[in-house]
Amino acid sequence: MSTEIAHETAHDEHHDHGPAKGLMRWVTTTNHKDIGTLYLWLSFIMLLYGGSMAMIIRLELFQPGLQWVEPHFFNQMTTMHGLVMVFGAIMPAFVGLANWLIPMMIGAPDMALPRMNNWSFWILPFAFGMLACTTFMEGGAPAFGWTFYAPLSTTFAPASTDFFIFAVHLMGISSVMGSINIIATILNMRAPGMTLMKMPLFVWTWLITAYLLIAVMPVLAGAVTMMLTDRHFGTSFFDAAGGGDPVMFQHIFWFFGHPEVYIMILPAFGVISAIIPTFARKPLFGYSSMVYASASIAILSFMVWAHHMFTTGMPVAGELYFMYATILISVPTGVKVFNWVTTMWKGSMTFETPMLFALGFIVMFTIGGFSGLMLGVAPVDTQYHDTYFVVAHFHYVLVTGALYSIIAAFYYWVPKWTGHMYDERLGKIHFWWSTIAVNVLFFPQHFVGLAGMPRRIPDYALQFAEFNQISSIGGFAFGLAQVFFLYIVIKTIRGGEKATDRVWEGATGLEFEQLPSPPPYHSFNEPPPVK
Amino acid sequence: MVLHKRLRRSAVAITGLVSMLYAMSAQAAYELNMTESVTPIGKQLYGLHMLVFWICVGIGVLVFGAMAYSILYHRKSVGHEAEQFHESTKVEIAWTVVPLLILIGIAIPATATLIELEDAKTDAEITLQVTGIQWKWKYTYVDEGVSFVSNLAQSSRDVIKDPTGNENYLLEVDNPIVLPVNKKIRFLFHADDVIHAWWVPELAVKQDAIPGFINDSWAIIEEEGVYRGQCAELCGKDHGFMPIVVNAVSESEYEQWIAGMQAEAAAAASAATQEWSMQDLVARGETVYQANCSACHGPTGAGIPGAFPAITDSPIVLDADQAAHIDIVVNGKAGTAMAAFKNQLNDIDIAAALTFQRNGLGNSVGDTVQPSTIAAAR
Repeated sequence: MSTEIAHETAHDEHHDHGPAKGLMRWVTTTNHKDIGTLYLWLSFIMLLYGGSMAMIIRLELFQPGLQWVEPHFFNQMTTMHGLVMVFGAIMPAFVGLANWLIPMMIGAPDMALPRMNNWSFWILPFAFGMLACTTFMEGGAPAFGWTFYAPLSTTFAPASTDFFIFAVHLMGISSVMGSINIIATILNMRAPGMTLMKMPLFVWTWLITAYLLIAVMPVLAGAVTMMLTDRHFGTSFFDAAGGGDPVMFQHIFWFFGHPEVYIMILPAFGVISAIIPTFARKPLFGYSSMVYASASIAILSFMVWAHHMFTTGMPVAGELYFMYATILISVPTGVKVFNWVTTMWKGSMTFETPMLFALGFIVMFTIGGFSGLMLGVAPVDTQYHDTYFVVAHFHYVLVTGALYSIIAAFYYWVPKWTGHMYDERLGKIHFWWSTIAVNVLFFPQHFVGLAGMPRRIPDYALQFAEFNQISSIGGFAFGLAQVFFLYIVIKTIRGGEKATDRVWEGATGLEFEQLPSPPPYHSFNEPPPVK
Repeated sequence: MVLHKRLRRSAVAITGLVSMLYAMSAQAAYELNMTESVTPIGKQLYGLHMLVFWICVGIGVLVFGAMAYSILYHRKSVGHEAEQFHESTKVEIAWTVVPLLILIGIAIPATATLIELEDAKTDAEITLQVTGIQWKWKYTYVDEGVSFVSNLAQSSRDVIKDPTGNENYLLEVDNPIVLPVNKKIRFLFHADDVIHAWWVPELAVKQDAIPGFINDSWAIIEEEGVYRGQCAELCGKDHGFMPIVVNAVSESEYEQWIAGMQAEAAAAASAATQEWSMQDLVARGETVYQANCSACHGPTGAGIPGAFPAITDSPIVLDADQAAHIDIVVNGKAGTAMAAFKNQLNDIDIAAALTFQRNGLGNSVGDTVQPSTIAAAR
C-alpha cells in the first residue's frame, strides 16, 4: 500500500507546483493546507495572548485585597480574555482543523472556494489587532464582560467599544465566509462513493457547525449594530429611558451565544470520534446515532438560550420551558459519551498522547456536562448563576473540552501534516502536566462558587482565599504547560522520527489510507477510491 | 500481575490524596458545598441541588467506572484483542430512554419548587424595594416610608491593599437592612443605571435589578442573624464592592428600628431648613463624598482620564454660579454614568458633598451650598 502511494506521489510531483517562496506564499495562498496552518498559528498566538490575560486575572486573585491591578483594568482583562479565547483561540483552531482535514477526509483537492478562504483568514489578524489595540486607548479596553450586556456596554462603556463592535463584525464576516466554504466543500466536493453517511464524524460535525454559524453570526452582528446605533445615532433599542429593553439585549445575545457554545464543542466531538476508535482498534460504536445526536444537539441549541437568564425575571412558564429544553440536551450529549465508552469497551487500547487527551476530554467534558445539568435546573440555577460555579462549568467544557480536543487533534494529525512524529515522551509530560494543573485550577472554583463567590470580581472576601490561591497556582502551572506545548509544536515541525503513511496502527480514513505523510501540496487531484 | 501491583500503588496514592483533602476540608475556610439557607424555599433549593448532585455522582460512577475497567483490562499491553461490534439499536434506545426518565424525575420536584419560588406576591407582609445603583444599594421600606443608601463600609475600603485579618472584608456596609424573622418579605428590584443582581446566599434570593423593570422575589427568614451577600451581575468598575448585609431580628426589635429610622428622617428634614456653617458642611461632605462620589471621581478628586472627569479644577465646580454644579449632582447627566443624586441622598448630604467639592480636593471657591438651596433645586 505505502509503496503504491509513494510511487504515485513521485509521479504527481513531476507536474505539481509546490508553494511559492517567502512571505507572499502566506499572504496570497489559496491552498487549504497553508490556510489551515495560518488559522492554527493564529489561534495558538491568541491562546497565549488570552492566556496571559488569564495569568493577570489569577495573579490578582492569588490573595484577597488589590495588589496588582485596578478593578477597571481587571474587568478589561476578564472581558478581553473571554473574547480572545472564544473568537480568537477556539473558533479559528477548529476552522484551521477543518481546512487541513475536510478536503483530505472527503477526497477533495482543496476547499470549494479557495480565494474566499484566503480572505476569511486574513480578515482575522486585523480584527484581533484592532481589538487588542483598545487596551491602549483612553478609557481602556471594553470592560463589560464577553457577554457585553447593555446598558453597561452602551451608555456606560468606554469609547473603545466602537472598535470592539467593528472587530466583532469582521469576525462574523470571516466566520460566515468560512462556513459557506465548508458547506460548499462538503456538499459538492466529496469523492465518488463518499456518501453523507460514510463521512467521518469530524466532517459531519463541521457541516452542522457551519450551519449553526451561518444562522447565528448575523444575529450577533445585529446585536452589535444595535449597540452602535444606541451609542451614536440616538436609538434606544436597549435603553429603558428611551423605551428600549435591556433584557431584549440578553435574548438576542444568547440566541447567538448558546448555539455558539455548540459551535465550539461539536467539532470537538468529531475529533474525539476519530481518535477513540483508532487507539481502541475498534470501529466507532453507533456511527449513525452519533450523527443524529449531533444534529439533535444543534437543533436543541437554538431553543434553550434563555437558560442563561433565569434571574432576569422571566415569567414562570418561560422558565419552565427553558428548564425542560435545557436538561433535554443532556440526552443526546449522554448518547455521545456512552458511544465513546462503548467504543473503548473490549477494544485493544494503547495510550499515545492523542488518546490520553481524548480520554481526558471524555472524563472532564462529562464533569462539565454534570455541572451543566445542575445549572439547567432553573430554581437552583438562581443560586449558581453568575458565580464561580458557572466559571468552573464553562471552563471544564471549553478548556478540558474544546481545547483538549484541539490539542488531541494536533498530536493525532501532526505526523500526517508534517511527516514527523512528535516526541512521545514530551507529549505524555504535556498531558499529565496539563491535566493535573487544569484540575487544580478549575475544580476548586466549583467550591468557591457554591460558597458564594460571584464571578467577575477583582477582589473577594477572606473565606474564599485558600481555594483562590490553589486555583491560581494551578492556573500558572497550566499556562506554563502550554508554553511547553509551543516548544513541542516547533520541535515537531522542525524534525522528528519519520511518520509512516498510516501513522497509527488503527487509523482509518482517506487521509491515512490514501495519502503519504506529509501529503503533497496538492492532494487528490484525482478522486481516491472510497470503500 | 504488574497490573495488580500498579493498581495497588494507585489505590494507596488515591487514599492518601483523599485523606489529605478531607483534612483540608475539615478547616472552616475550605467550604465545599452550597451555603445552607435559613429560608424554607432555600432549604428546598438545597435539597434539589443535592438530589441532582447525587444523580450526577451515580451516573459518573457508572460511566467512569466502565471507562476505567475498559482502560485497565481492554488494553493492548495486557494482550486484549479488539472485538469488532459497532452497532446496537437496542442499546442506543436504552441509553436514550433511561436518561430521559431520570430527567423527568428531576423535572417534577424542580417544577414544584420553581412555581413556589416565583410566587412572591401571595401573603407578603413587608415590601422592601431594592434599587441597584453603581456601586451601592438603595433600600426603601415601601409601607413604612423608610429609605436609605447602603455602601461598602469604610473599614473594608481602608484595608484594600492588605485585608489580612479584617473580619467580613468586602461584606460589611455602612447601613445594613433590618428585617424581622418569620414574616414573608417581598423584595422589589430595579436599577437606576446598569443591571445589578441582588444576592444573599443564605436567603436564597438572587434576582437581577434591571433599569426599566421591576422584578420580585421573596424570603421568610427563620433564624435571627446577620446574612451577607454581594452584587452578582457585572455592573462596572466597582462591581466587586457593593455588598449586602441583612440583620434578621425579632419582630419587636424590627418595629423599634423602623420607629428610630422614621424619627431620624424627621430630624434630618427639620435640620435641612436651617443655615449650616462651612465647617459642618465640609466635615460631613467629606464622608458623603468618599462613600458616594469617590468610586468614580477618585478619593482625591482626580477622576479617571477618559472615563470619569476630575473634580479638582473642574470648570463646573469652580464656577461662582452654583447652578450648573447643583444641577449635575441633583439631576445627573443623561447618557453618562453620572447619577441623579436627588434619588439617593437627602438635602443635607447633597449640600455637604457640594460644599466639600467646592472647598476641598484642591478647590477653594469659598462659598457654601445650603440644604435649602438643594430643596429648592429638586
